[in-house]
Amino acid sequence: MNKVIRGIPASPGITIGKSFILLKTVFIPSEKKGTIEQELATFYKALSDTKRELTNIIKNIEKKNKEGKKLIDMQLLILQDPFFIEGVEENIRKGESASKSIFLFLNNLKENFSNIKDTYLKDRFLDIQDVGNRILGKMQGEKKILHFQEPHILFAHDLTPSDTAQLDKERCLGFVTELGGKTSHTAIMARALGIPAVVGARGILDLTNNGVEAIIDGFRGVVILEPDEDTKRSYDKRISEYQEIDKKLVDITALPATTIDGKTLDLSANIELPLEIDSAKNNGARGIGLFRTEFIYFSSDNIPDEETQFKIYDEVAEKMAPDPLIIRTLDSGGDKILRWSYLEEENPFLGWRGIRFCLDREDIFITQLRAILRASTRNNVKIMIPMVSSIQEVRRAKEILAKTKESLKKEEKNFDENLEFGVMVEVPSTALMADKIAEIVDFFSIGTNDLTQYTLAVDRTNERISHLFDHLHPSVIKLMKMTIDGGHSRGIWVGVCGEIASDILATPILVGLGVDEISITPNMVPPIKNIIRGISEKEARSITEKVLQLPTVKKIREYLRGELLVRFPYLEALLLEVENDKSN
Amino acid sequence: MYTKTVEIKNSLGIHARPASMIVKTASKFKSKINISKDGIEANAKSIMGLLMLACEQGSKIIITAEGNDEKEAVEALIELINRKFDEE
Repeated sequence: MNKVIRGIPASPGITIGKSFILLKTVFIPSEKKGTIEQELATFYKALSDTKRELTNIIKNIEKKNKEGKKLIDMQLLILQDPFFIEGVEENIRKGESASKSIFLFLNNLKENFSNIKDTYLKDRFLDIQDVGNRILGKMQGEKKILHFQEPHILFAHDLTPSDTAQLDKERCLGFVTELGGKTSHTAIMARALGIPAVVGARGILDLTNNGVEAIIDGFRGVVILEPDEDTKRSYDKRISEYQEIDKKLVDITALPATTIDGKTLDLSANIELPLEIDSAKNNGARGIGLFRTEFIYFSSDNIPDEETQFKIYDEVAEKMAPDPLIIRTLDSGGDKILRWSYLEEENPFLGWRGIRFCLDREDIFITQLRAILRASTRNNVKIMIPMVSSIQEVRRAKEILAKTKESLKKEEKNFDENLEFGVMVEVPSTALMADKIAEIVDFFSIGTNDLTQYTLAVDRTNERISHLFDHLHPSVIKLMKMTIDGGHSRGIWVGVCGEIASDILATPILVGLGVDEISITPNMVPPIKNIIRGISEKEARSITEKVLQLPTVKKIREYLRGELLVRFPYLEALLLEVENDKSN
Repeated sequence: MYTKTVEIKNSLGIHARPASMIVKTASKFKSKINISKDGIEANAKSIMGLLMLACEQGSKIIITAEGNDEKEAVEALIELINRKFDEE
């Protein structure tokens, strides 16, 4: 019986295997213990580490955020609460490990709190538990190691960076997680390891069990549980055909992405971590078309300082030189960066994020710009700003960039004077105004994921409507055309860095629309290059003209599939429609 | 030893912020300070203990201090409670 679950394609590839479920991360108190003095020392160290963490958080909370300040303030008081400290010390003296002692204390406290009638006061236990978890987290020196004898597909609610770092590459065939997006660390690790992954598969843990057979299709973000024989056979066929294709593709790694009639596109890679550079280079990417910088902000307790950022940008720039590196400035919600978890926005995707946040918090923006500029001494770095919705934002960002350059000059620090400055086109208003905006920037890169989401008003992580999300929607293609034509009319180059660039069906359209650069997940570089090398710009144009006349996604996909299969029969395996695909 | 009884007047009772204020005020004094309600005692310098007392509006609490600055300590806390933790 096929159970088909759709998630977000996080890392390409197909695999069949037995599922193994990693239960939600819980803090399991350690039974292993040292002497009483050692356990006390562990406890005190965890307290001071947590205190440092909270003090850093409170420093970055703005004055206006009184609720947030109050809460952290209270959590800090818990860390020096004599009742708590003495209670835990007492448990340790009785011979328990430090973590077990905290665990026991909290369990006891929980019972006391459960008797409180006032629900507001009762819920304050959650705040205490939160601090407790922070402290326990600091003490997790002892890591649970994920060891498996058999090859397996890992299913989890979410994976922490330390979970993924420990995975056994040989035995882990792929991941499926309920949480996460294309850019979550799980997805990045899967891409870096080159194993297929589907993330955001909500509710999947309720549908599967250990040892259940599963197929992961990392190209399309589909998981099939308990596949029937027919489905398995067709996937087996796809896998072996895919391996055949892979072998062929190795031969073209060193060749340029040039069409039959001689038009060459720049084929580059999207990355998030410096460790992905190798995979980008090995797959034949000529540059990095999108270097996301959010992880730098999330992997530390503080907003990273200039030096920390500079080191990372400089390392990537050095490894890529002389090939270009496009660094995208911070693209995240302000609440996440400032750790204002208490002030969640009702519509974060329409909220205070990307360049909107950076223009409000010039201090944070300038720190990043300085770090990027200083890493540009090899003349291969470009800057790109995200979430632009009006030309004023671009002007303002340029002013800040100019001001930053001036101050670097005064300090006699080196940077590339001619560094290119571009805009990520992902809001329909920017696509519509592309010709005007093109007058003041050096390039565009179209981010189709957000462009599709904003154009169609579809949140693709909402399972009830995710089927409405498709970057091949005719309206999205029209906006892309406006952006490309607008950019070219002012003489600037236009790239595409969204998921559409990894969609083989879309490649002829990108070529036909006249895109200059395509930036994709490293391991999609070879298959996309192979298609570019197998068509002419002329035929791509006529395919695109026809597509622009079609009214629906379905018609567009059918037509493109036909055109591609005529030219590339081997693609049959990749373009196969999943049986019962829409049944879920 | 110095003891006084006081009624909680602010509408939410001793919730997170008032409890934090009590702990901060009490911690300024050297004396050992206890707060009790319905026979349950808590250390006035312990945020968890205070929250666990669940003092809602109208409840009567007994503040007891013992030490060199016991009188000042109790009076300071009573003053804080009577001005409703600057909430209203």
